[in-house]
Amino acid sequence: MALTLSDVMRIAHLARIEVTDTEARQTLGQLNDIFKLIEQLQSVDTSGIEPMAHPLGGSQRLREDEVVPTDNRSEHMKNAPAQQDGLFLVPKVIE
Amino acid sequence: MFEKSVAELGRALKAREISAVELARVFLDRIDRHKDLNAFLDVRADVTLAQARAADARLAKGDATPLTGVPVAHKDIFVTRDFPSTASSRILEGYMSPFDATVVERLKDAGMVALGKLNCDEFAMGSSNENSHYGNVLNPWDRTAVPGGSSGGSAAAVAARIAPAATATDTGGSIREPAAFSGVTGIKPTYGRASRWGMIAFASSLDQAGIMTRSAEDAALIFNAMLGFDPKDSTSVERDAEDYTRSLNLDLKGLRLGVPKEFFGKGLHADVEKAVREALAEYVKLGARLVDISLPNAALGIPVYYVIAPAECSSNLSRFDGVRYGHRAGNYADLVDMIKKSRSEGFGPEPKRRILIGTYVLSHGYYDAYYIQAQKVRRIIADEFQRAFRECDLIAGPVTTSVAFGFGEKAADPVAMYLSDLYTIPGSLAGIPGMSIPCGFGAKNRPVGLQLMANYFDEARLLGAAHRYQQATDWHLRVPPAAKE
Repeated sequence: MALTLSDVMRIAHLARIEVTDTEARQTLGQLNDIFKLIEQLQSVDTSGIEPMAHPLGGSQRLREDEVVPTDNRSEHMKNAPAQQDGLFLVPKVIE
Repeated sequence: MFEKSVAELGRALKAREISAVELARVFLDRIDRHKDLNAFLDVRADVTLAQARAADARLAKGDATPLTGVPVAHKDIFVTRDFPSTASSRILEGYMSPFDATVVERLKDAGMVALGKLNCDEFAMGSSNENSHYGNVLNPWDRTAVPGGSSGGSAAAVAARIAPAATATDTGGSIREPAAFSGVTGIKPTYGRASRWGMIAFASSLDQAGIMTRSAEDAALIFNAMLGFDPKDSTSVERDAEDYTRSLNLDLKGLRLGVPKEFFGKGLHADVEKAVREALAEYVKLGARLVDISLPNAALGIPVYYVIAPAECSSNLSRFDGVRYGHRAGNYADLVDMIKKSRSEGFGPEPKRRILIGTYVLSHGYYDAYYIQAQKVRRIIADEFQRAFRECDLIAGPVTTSVAFGFGEKAADPVAMYLSDLYTIPGSLAGIPGMSIPCGFGAKNRPVGLQLMANYFDEARLLGAAHRYQQATDWHLRVPPAAKE
């Protein structure tokens, strides 16, 4: 199964990555090569096999739900590209 | 002094033959003189010397560990409070973390002195270090060759003796492959042994931190401080602390070394095969017994990996949106446009490719066919290792099909680059520990690595087998031309 140019544009939009037509055309060839590699998996008989999501299996460990201090707001804000009064600034989303 | 191992440096510091500050200056000076290798992305002498002074104070008080005052450099995948953390990406240029990664913190607590941050492939995605936004790292053995990736800076720094040890990470081979290409010792532990807290995530079910050193003994010493349960990492394994040096004097007599026939098939270059076979013969001389084993579906590791790793990466990298941290585009129309442009400008070609693959295999209609199917084949491969370990104690074979290749040789063809990890990916998918140790030289006098793999939690035996080989041979003591400069 081969991807088309419109597939690439659709995936790029879903992934929130801007691609020009030229980039998309270049990427298309590379992605199709990679998918040719991936296609090998389709011929493997995996009936009755449990998917392996994690090497050691088991369930996710949970911690006690206790309050811990997170009093480092100013440090976390230091890396913000745009901020005001301790808030992250973004373009207007609600009219 | 720079030629000494971590163990030797620790002893020299304890005996007060040299101070931590003097030692830090030796390595800072070497880093400066080897700038052309481009192994380091950030060095801050004031930070390093302050840590060295603190180490000297501990040594004076008699409150030192075997690592106190010994320098270490960190792959720029670990976040650090004192140095910028970029993952070699433009999107994190200048990012200052409010905290240290657990691995960094533990080595700091043991008294190790941080030399700075090491170059790598962007978000640890690559096998040659050619995907760094901050330029190529040169292989100290041959400046026309790649050092391997993604931990290329770590490998080059240890090989050129500009750092006695370097942290690294392995998702599909990113410790073992550069260790092999650059002629150093590199080990990844069992998945879950090293905390992933503060390790910039690429593929969370595979990412595992490890270490590069000159010898297995040094790696064991550092593992004692570096590994262990961390409540902050939800996949950290809860087990008692271990002494990873306890089996260094392992008796190799009767050790069953499994040799997978699939690792010696088509694609393996003759020079690499020769060096690896000689290493196996050395093990036989030392008392080990070779056992033929089979990992029939090992080669499917590559397609499995290139579904699972991109899927997890597309999810992990969605956090980079130009809102809370990282690069934000200069001009945009609205919020979605801002996010798209910020990501498009901030990510290099390889992360973009993997995000697109991952987004596709996780999208509606393809999830079962690709992602779930890959997870099923992942289990088939992991089960094959378990069957193999019923017949052998450790597995041995090549790390790579060839010695280090030249710059640009595979950069234009992602699939050719992906095939570089043929022998390292299966162990990563299973989550077992694996290492590469120097075992000779191949074409153009470039280093060859021997891969050793162990079953889950069997690192001490793995390190012991490597150490015994290093006592009997001197490949790990060979020094590249660049180290002498």
